[in-house]
Amino acid sequence: MLSRNRLRTGLTALSVSWGVFMLVALLGIGSGIANQIYWDFRDDAINSIWLYPGTSSLPHGGYGEGRPVQFTDADYELLRTSIPGIEHVAGRFRMGGEHIIRRGAKTSSYDIRAVHPGHQYIEKTIVRSGRFLNDRDLMERRKVAVIGVRVAEFLFPALDPIEDPIGEEIIIGSIPYTVIGVFEDVGGENEMRKVYLPITTARLSYGGGDVIHTLLFTVGDATLEESQRIESQVRQRLASRHHFSLADRRAIRVSNNLEEFAEVQQIFTWMDGFIWLVGLGTVAAGIVGVSNICLISVKERTREIGLRKALGAPPRTIITQIVRESVALTAVSGYLGLLLGVLLLEALRTWVPENDYIRDPDIALVPALVTAAVLVLCGAVAGYIPARRAASVPPVVALRDS
Amino acid sequence: MIKLRCVNKSYPMGARSLHVLKDLDLDVAAGELVSIMGSSGSGKSTLLNILGLLDGFDSGEYTLDGQSMSGLSEAKAARLRGQMLGFVFQSFNLIAYKTAVENVSLPLYYQGVPRRKREDTALGYLEQVGLRDWAGHLPSELSGGQKQRVAIARALIGQPRVIFADEPTGALDTATSQSIMETLQSINQDGITMVVVTHEPDIARITDRTILLRDGRVVSS
Repeated sequence: MLSRNRLRTGLTALSVSWGVFMLVALLGIGSGIANQIYWDFRDDAINSIWLYPGTSSLPHGGYGEGRPVQFTDADYELLRTSIPGIEHVAGRFRMGGEHIIRRGAKTSSYDIRAVHPGHQYIEKTIVRSGRFLNDRDLMERRKVAVIGVRVAEFLFPALDPIEDPIGEEIIIGSIPYTVIGVFEDVGGENEMRKVYLPITTARLSYGGGDVIHTLLFTVGDATLEESQRIESQVRQRLASRHHFSLADRRAIRVSNNLEEFAEVQQIFTWMDGFIWLVGLGTVAAGIVGVSNICLISVKERTREIGLRKALGAPPRTIITQIVRESVALTAVSGYLGLLLGVLLLEALRTWVPENDYIRDPDIALVPALVTAAVLVLCGAVAGYIPARRAASVPPVVALRDS
Repeated sequence: MIKLRCVNKSYPMGARSLHVLKDLDLDVAAGELVSIMGSSGSGKSTLLNILGLLDGFDSGEYTLDGQSMSGLSEAKAARLRGQMLGFVFQSFNLIAYKTAVENVSLPLYYQGVPRRKREDTALGYLEQVGLRDWAGHLPSELSGGQKQRVAIARALIGQPRVIFADEPTGALDTATSQSIMETLQSINQDGITMVVVTHEPDIARITDRTILLRDGRVVSS
């Protein structure tokens, strides 16, 4: 009977489709953004905490403010041995800028990280062949290097970039190093264009003493609270060693990945809720439209409904007919919206190149099913209200109506 | 067939109520063709609605074919209408977007008859009212008399015990009225009780008996 108001029914169906389409598109794009952010976290261990030295901003223990803090091997040992809960520790020594690396006729410049062996676990470096740096390399200040797979591909063209570089010599600056490992990194292309050297060797070559520029460590499977406890313990020990006030937030900067991850997770929980709210609101507007069109069609056909009742139609039949039409209308138009939404996400996945903002926008099966179920339910409710009204009209009144 | 005893019916009219039928008694025997006459406002349409189970009554007793019709549920009333009663209206009340044959077969739909059988039966009744060739036409393509014949075929298809006709010729010219009445008469002769509400003496004259209503009471029968 809705077919009698083709345009109105069509527009109503469109509004339901649009609502569902918006819901699906929003959920999908939301998930794409979340995927991308979580992807960014894949680079480093989520349970890692990073310490950057700063400059004291408060006078403390007889020392004035404005005093730079400098990490050394002693701090590395402190973290490694005397703070419970810390799993892997590493220091980074910055050699400043990119460095010319040569092998045979091939020359290019790459970023070099001089680190401790524990760095492998914190940066989530995946060693594909050979090995990562070990304590012995550091102790003996060996001239060895672990190179990223992109570096290997460049320096060793026409060779297998994974297996063949092991044992080969490359020249960094003017010093020859032996390649002991090739690695990949889930953190992206840039992370695979790096070279790792033993921190001790690098400091020897570039005059670094026992300085460490960045300290990194992981906290195992500690919860957020536990990691925050470890973090504050670290801050306390470093404060007393480096003579800065605990209240001084500038003396060292601490970045807790777990904390940031939790924050991001919370943001996405809120965003998800918001998307559902907006999306379901849009769908609800469509559903109200369905109820409205059913009401109009019932009103217009009061006389026909009365006649059908006079001819022996039981009230239940009248109700089921209207509800069935309403459910069919919402289900079909909702399904159409769902389909269009999924197609849009599919198109985004297929046609949008890899970028920093969105990754694998998708709607999971469960939200899709929930949406479908909610729609059918809403369709039934939207139809039931006008239907009950129609069924309760006595046939006489309906027939008198003209 | 029909027995009314002390039936009362009033309609609320704002704060007061309009007492339409007052302690009304009525008997119609099986196979009778009776007309109900009365000026407008005498309650004849109300009476017909109550007799046709289209409307309830406030008090009294209504027995149809030996069964009491007091306190029927909507669903029960609908079933009885489908099984025992047929209706013919002044304004035909055909569904505009359904063809003649679809209109005629509608009551069978509600009795759960399969589609094929519904259509065959409906074609038979269209044949009986002389409209076999118009089966596929929409009401808008039919004349007034043809529409009323379709409505009569629809009233017949449920094989009712009683047919109620509310001013069946009210919207038709004299010649067409004549032929419609002849059709109704011949249906009556097949044994179906017929109650016709009219205000035309010509129509009333050809019925077996005329019941005259005034102010909600039967004044002569």
